Amino acid sequence: MIYPYIPHTDEDRKRMLASIGADSLEELFSHIGEDLLLSDSVPISHGKTEDEVQRLINSIAQRNVKGIPFLGCGCYDHIIPSTVKALSSLPSFVTAYTPYQAELSQGLLQAMYEFQSMICEITGLDVANASLYDGANAASEAAALMIGAKRKASVVLVSRTLHPFTLQVLQTWAEGTDNSLRYLEEKDGVLDASMLESLLDEQCGGLIVQTPNRYGLLEDYTGFADLLHEKGMLFTICSDPLSLAIQKSPQEWGADIAVGDTQSLGLEMAFGGPSCGYMAVKQELLRRLPGRLVGASVDKQGRRGFTLTFQAREQHIKRERATSNVCSNQALAALMTSIHLSSLGWDGMVEAARQSYVKAHYLAYHLAQLPGMTLVWDKPFWCEFPLVFSDAKHMRKFLQELRNEGIWAGVRLAQLTRQAKDELVLLVAVTEKRSREELELYLAAARRVMK
Amino acid sequence: MREPLLIEKSKKGRKAYCFPPLDLPRGFDQALPSLPKELSRQTDARLPEVSELDVVRHFTNLSKMMHGVDNGMYPLGSCTMKYNPKISEHIACMEQFTQMHPLQDSSTIQGCLSVMYNLLEDLSSITGMSWGSLQPCAGAHGEYTGLKMIRAYFRKQGALQRNKVLIPSSAHGTNPASAAMNGFEVVTIQSNAEGLVDLDDLRSKLDDSVAALMLTNPNTLGLFETHITAIADMVHASGALLYYDGANLNAIMGMARPGDMGFDVLHLNLHKTFATPHGGGGPGSGPVMVNDLLRPFLPRPDIQLTDSAYVYQWEGEDSIGKVSLFWGNFLVMLKAYVYILRMGSEGLRAASAHAVLNANYLASQLKDYYPIPYGQRCMHEFVSSLQKLKNEYGVTAQDAAKALIDKGYHPPTMYFPTMVSEALMFEPTESESIETLDDFIQAMIEIFEQAKTDASILKNAPVTTVVGRLDEVKAVKEPKLRY
Repeated sequence: MIYPYIPHTDEDRKRMLASIGADSLEELFSHIGEDLLLSDSVPISHGKTEDEVQRLINSIAQRNVKGIPFLGCGCYDHIIPSTVKALSSLPSFVTAYTPYQAELSQGLLQAMYEFQSMICEITGLDVANASLYDGANAASEAAALMIGAKRKASVVLVSRTLHPFTLQVLQTWAEGTDNSLRYLEEKDGVLDASMLESLLDEQCGGLIVQTPNRYGLLEDYTGFADLLHEKGMLFTICSDPLSLAIQKSPQEWGADIAVGDTQSLGLEMAFGGPSCGYMAVKQELLRRLPGRLVGASVDKQGRRGFTLTFQAREQHIKRERATSNVCSNQALAALMTSIHLSSLGWDGMVEAARQSYVKAHYLAYHLAQLPGMTLVWDKPFWCEFPLVFSDAKHMRKFLQELRNEGIWAGVRLAQLTRQAKDELVLLVAVTEKRSREELELYLAAARRVMK
Repeated sequence: MREPLLIEKSKKGRKAYCFPPLDLPRGFDQALPSLPKELSRQTDARLPEVSELDVVRHFTNLSKMMHGVDNGMYPLGSCTMKYNPKISEHIACMEQFTQMHPLQDSSTIQGCLSVMYNLLEDLSSITGMSWGSLQPCAGAHGEYTGLKMIRAYFRKQGALQRNKVLIPSSAHGTNPASAAMNGFEVVTIQSNAEGLVDLDDLRSKLDDSVAALMLTNPNTLGLFETHITAIADMVHASGALLYYDGANLNAIMGMARPGDMGFDVLHLNLHKTFATPHGGGGPGSGPVMVNDLLRPFLPRPDIQLTDSAYVYQWEGEDSIGKVSLFWGNFLVMLKAYVYILRMGSEGLRAASAHAVLNANYLASQLKDYYPIPYGQRCMHEFVSSLQKLKNEYGVTAQDAAKALIDKGYHPPTMYFPTMVSEALMFEPTESESIETLDDFIQAMIEIFEQAKTDASILKNAPVTTVVGRLDEVKAVKEPKLRY
């Protein structure tokens, strides 16, 4: 069989083997030892042509059903300008490696510099890295940073209102190490601020909170930064970056570290990945930042250029003393966010955030009129809100009936937490992309089920 | 040709995108209270205000200042810069995948789950392991996950004293960094005169405080650890586990399997071995694969096939839990799955055979100019030393690498592994033809000749790029990290 991805002809093979001084391809593997060499190919299917593969994938793809998504919980269906796909697919971006050879990688380096700059602008903080895996992993990197920054710290205080999966990733991070998590409990859908001071002690490196939180509710951090800083601790806020177009920025709350996921800025839902974690910090934490960082410099002729910098923090230089093990990041996803933000501008970002806010409130307002479901907590929210059903039967029926109409009505919180107390909670997300027609479709179906 | 920052082109009032007007009933918007003042943002962010064409030209011009596999040969050692098939990109753009939400009801995403399940089955066959998890987003993330599982395994055994991870001096930097992140003490294992694991050194360091040995095989010198079975026996006899760094799997895919060599857990780099693009540094995908011993410790949720459907499996008290926000980099998995479907079992075997053929051919043609200190034959990559060139003509590995840029090639990996002085690490992959390799060899020989006759050309390279060598000291001393 001839493989389009392997260019060798019989004649090429002969010539190359002769140069090497080997009789056969097999001979090149002879030092592996007969007991380990496979005599036959591994038991997977035979190769297929492009056309055959496309047909097979088409039939697999048919088993995915597209609906009108009112789903959120860290992944949202926002409008994405067509520039994003078109420009992020340019092959010299897509097929390049990490820009270690700066002269040959100015394009991506500059785009990452612009990404870092825009993340700084949005969070209000001083320095941002060139991306991390996702929002949850950015939170565990923040936890590691906070513990590393304070002498003898081994505990990170985390809010119970973090995204359930972020909390689970943090739990995995702490498990089996000398580090541990301590919890700031929840009260009425937001963290219980009155408990904060009593939970801070010598071992505590800092606090991680999230707004909009796991229910979509916005939290109030008045006084937090002062309290933490007085005790030499750091303050991390996780946020959906699009929400920062209208809600108070991490810098305005006095945070030292801002983390989150840029999925809401130009990345498709893509079954949850790739998304793109971001991290921004205050200037004094620069040398503790994990991951790649791009800086501007000049060449001998004084021309401005961009290069990976402060690499003495990273694993390929510092090995076990690095600030993190992260190497590959989510560069192409960060590029998509850069293109998205460049296309929207600040006004566009505010518009998307504002329309999401208004449309989410429109749906929430009308759903709240129906029997059998309530918006339990009277708290400000942005584009996602918790709906609590009076009983499980109605909730199941509601989800099923709306699914039959092609509407994904919301995410069951218990699906994420697997806790009985969350059984009746449905999280409904509405973005600027949901049209009036789609909102009315949802409401009409809801009225039919919940009469 | 310099491209300004987009913010430098910004002009108040320009727009590259317009949202549809709000279409709710009149009055709702006006009646709706804004966010309370104490929760509202007070300051605007400075983002570019430009036209759509400005955005298009900006990023198109930036893409011209890049070199990818699609532009030319990219023999970057340990990175497996092989061709990334276009059909994989095409399929990863299909709406039926890109428009799926990760928390949709599982009955509506059977396609996605079947891709993940079948990919895990294929990867299990290819590696000789029992099962795995696709959640890790990159190789280092896979290492982190695998080591977490090793830690959980020993805690379950009550062997809390097993707190060391042994790592050869030639290993990738992520290995010790991942071990440290998991709270392990890192102990370096020396290499012997052949560039392989020093068995005596290993033996002397194996005791009941050791949790695991991490190995890359073939190692970063491109050499197969011929004593791997003996190493596995030694490690297991001491009660420790064996970890396989899959960065170099492209050398042995379909020819030999880590599972048969005695490895207990490994990670793969789908963005290397399975031809998904590197995207300028990510997103990758770093699945972990395990044998039966460690299977209970895999991250959750697992995916299972029941009589009627694919389902998430969240149960299992020994699981280390979640390591990613959702299920991992799904679109990358999809591209790797398409590659495996295209190549099939014989094709994957052929890929490795030709990757090794290309590396040995390149080595055979370069070794008289650029000596290869370790190994007679290599696997998929080899490491040359330019120490002699430096001693005689003052030309460094970096000079040679930068000169390659002017000749249209991406340089090999420089100064790694550190056991080779003035190292250049070449990995041509199976994708390159003999003609491309011959041209590259010619370019390397020209550089060798220039070192003797006109080293200043090499010292000043590159000159064909938009900028020359940048002042890296200045970048640190006067940090400029944002606009």
